[in-house]
Amino acid sequence: MLIEKNIKQKKIETNYQQTIIEFKNVYKSFGKNDVLKGFNLSVKKGENVVILGKSGSGKSVAIKCLVGLIKVDKGEIYIFNTDITKLNIYELNKVRMNIGFLFQNGALYDSMTVKENLAFTLKHHSKNLNQNEIENAINEALEDVGLKEAIDKMPSELSGGMKKRIGLSRALIIQPEIILYDEPTSGLDTITSREIDELILKIQKKGKTTSVIITHDLACAKITGDRILIIRDGIIYAEGSFESLKNSDDNWVRSFFI
Amino acid sequence: METFLKNISYEIGDLSLFGLRFFEEIFRPSFEFKEFIRQCYVIGYKSLPLVSITSFIMGLVLTIQSRPAMSKFGAESWIPGMVSLSLIREIAPVITALICAGKIASGIGAELGSMKVTEQIDAMEVSAINPYRYLVVTRILAATLMVPILVIYADLIGLLGGYIGVNMHGDVNLVLYFSEVFESIKFLDIIPATIKTFFFGFFIGLIGCYKGFNASSGTESVGKAANSAVVSASLSIFIIDMIAVQLTDLLF
Ligand SMILES: Nc1ncnc2c1ncn2[C@@H]1O[C@H](COP(=O)(O)OP(=O)(O)OP(=O)(O)O)[C@@H](O)[C@H]1O
Ligand SMILES: [Mg+2]
Repeated sequence: MLIEKNIKQKKIETNYQQTIIEFKNVYKSFGKNDVLKGFNLSVKKGENVVILGKSGSGKSVAIKCLVGLIKVDKGEIYIFNTDITKLNIYELNKVRMNIGFLFQNGALYDSMTVKENLAFTLKHHSKNLNQNEIENAINEALEDVGLKEAIDKMPSELSGGMKKRIGLSRALIIQPEIILYDEPTSGLDTITSREIDELILKIQKKGKTTSVIITHDLACAKITGDRILIIRDGIIYAEGSFESLKNSDDNWVRSFFI
Repeated sequence: METFLKNISYEIGDLSLFGLRFFEEIFRPSFEFKEFIRQCYVIGYKSLPLVSITSFIMGLVLTIQSRPAMSKFGAESWIPGMVSLSLIREIAPVITALICAGKIASGIGAELGSMKVTEQIDAMEVSAINPYRYLVVTRILAATLMVPILVIYADLIGLLGGYIGVNMHGDVNLVLYFSEVFESIKFLDIIPATIKTFFFGFFIGLIGCYKGFNASSGTESVGKAANSAVVSASLSIFIIDMIAVQLTDLLF
């Protein structure tokens, strides 16, 4: 019930004006393996876009191109109207400070405690924060994911789901305008998955953030996505709302929803 | 054979670029001082027990083994001088560096390799933190400074081992032993031997970081990174040593 209500509320609030992220004809191959072949995508401010696609279809590659972790072979990627493929590392880092990235497996720094993991980015971004402000930000970020008690644990002491949630709070602590989620619910039980979905919606509303969510989890796609894209053969093959894709004429598209 | 040579030269080129970046980054502002101190502790302090044991045994064994040869010429009194010379000029630097290659280079290779495989290095990069500066510069610098200190420490412990070795067959007091030792060592013996240890340390750190940073995905590549870090670092120590010895021979 709660979820349904959230979706309705969110749809009203979303304002579809400004384009925040835009892929224009992006190509990327690894040797003979052509992964992206003229990939186009645009995401509006405040929108949650879900990307579906088979394993190995290039979803992770696409969002890694978006943050400059992987250099594209051809094409342009605009974030806030600047083409990040043409930026030098200092300019790129300025853009990255506004992006939160949840890695598929959390990617927590395993030599640091949860607290240090969260403080790490914060301290490097703004050198003039005092200890109190950092503590407050950490507590708030952990409260958002409901894991305040894990603050002094090492990553090796956390379960898979906890790691993911800490990874999420680490992405959130810098209060980014864009958040990229790489399979936020994979490997989690249904209850925790729905909690994460709720969290994604909460973040969208709280910070007016723009998100790209990669997932294999249809429930997650349905709950969190304003718009759903399906990637195939290196391009966006189909796009639309959850319901419209589910009832699509195309057999291949429909097969995702069985 | 051809592809082997090609791979080797590719790797050496790549390693050189990786190493040159160190000199670019180290002079930029915002040095990661805390991480540097932590690495000095891990690389230097944590290696002390191992270095102590090995250098003590080196000094002891070297002394015992040179006794038969020296006594043939009735030159037992030269043993402290001879042992200390070979310890300080050659054996302590090289053996300590090899021990460090085994402990430090493999440790760095495995640590950074697993950070690479589990996307922690990528995570740093997307958080707009320069992973090279945070992880690599600190480790290379710590190794470059700690290995020479460890070698000097190994010199001292090795000489102590030599003292015990001399005393197994006769009674030499500590003052006499060290006065014999310092009589035979000249300043010029110590300087080139110390200079080369900075290079040993630099290459141990550099190769460990390079192998870790370039680990491919998959957990088995962490082991590979650690392993090839030890092999390449050990090899580089012998090559540097050979060059250093030839240069010293030419210059002094
Ligand atoms: N760094 C890389 N080097 C070489 N090939 C890569 C690299 N990263 C990804 N690939 C290749 O690109 C293709 C797409 O990979 P990607 O990780 O984007 O898949 P995915 O859609 O995220 O799949 P999954 O749902 O399993 O995470 C794969 O064939 C993979 O082998
Ligand atoms: Mg993926």
